[in-house]
Amino acid sequence: MPDPPQIPPDRDVVTLCCERAAIDAIQDRVLAVAERRGFSKESVFAIRLAMEEAISNAFRHGHKDLPSDSPITVDYEVANDTIRIAVQDQGPGFHPEAIKDPTLDENIEEPSGRGLMLMKAFMATVRYNKVGNRVELLYRKPATPK
Amino acid sequence: MPANDSRLRIKRQGDLLHVEFVDRNILDEGNIQLIGAEISALVDAAPKPKVLIDFANVDHLSSAALGTLLTINTRVKAKGGQLRLANIDPQIYEVFVITRLNNLFQIHETADSALKSFK
Repeated sequence: MPDPPQIPPDRDVVTLCCERAAIDAIQDRVLAVAERRGFSKESVFAIRLAMEEAISNAFRHGHKDLPSDSPITVDYEVANDTIRIAVQDQGPGFHPEAIKDPTLDENIEEPSGRGLMLMKAFMATVRYNKVGNRVELLYRKPATPK
Repeated sequence: MPANDSRLRIKRQGDLLHVEFVDRNILDEGNIQLIGAEISALVDAAPKPKVLIDFANVDHLSSAALGTLLTINTRVKAKGGQLRLANIDPQIYEVFVITRLNNLFQIHETADSALKSFK
């Protein structure tokens, strides 16, 4: 079967405030494009989860000392085999290596600290900028047996 | 809080509380806080709470929801009660495995199996 035609990636940059409807809208938009490009139900689950964790970290931790209407920026690019999503907040940033391992026995009952771990588990790469207020997620469509 | 704001459906079966979710996505932090407060109030009101949280209708769940489940678990244990989870979608179950919380919670495939496991 010939390779599918190379369709240019769908990309956009969106600014949003901490409102559930806006968060759902950006997730739904990215996932609708992903589904059109043949990403599976399992991929859609992974991408929604990682987006949710990245966006909620930005508002909950990044913006905890900022006015509640301070916006974040979500930058996405959906291609046939990859999805890139960057979430940038206006906060002072953080050091991801300072997050305690939530799977250790001494931390297992802590109610927080699992968002970063879940992003890493479901994405191909999770990278922070030096300041720690921008996270870039890369998801690769799993290879399907021919 | 008016009852119609609840994001939960709660069935009482004797001394058991069978809790189901109204929403398919347990993501919104405000709703997660409401859910946590509502279940915590039920736990606090029972002498030895027996709680089944049933995920039959749930498609997505965030780390904030896991945090609320952990808080509920701590509250139930503090009262000498029992907490069971059931009907977890395979992809959500993977989240429990990744975080090792499948070892902390008593998770059953079906609500029936969970209900029979209460002592």
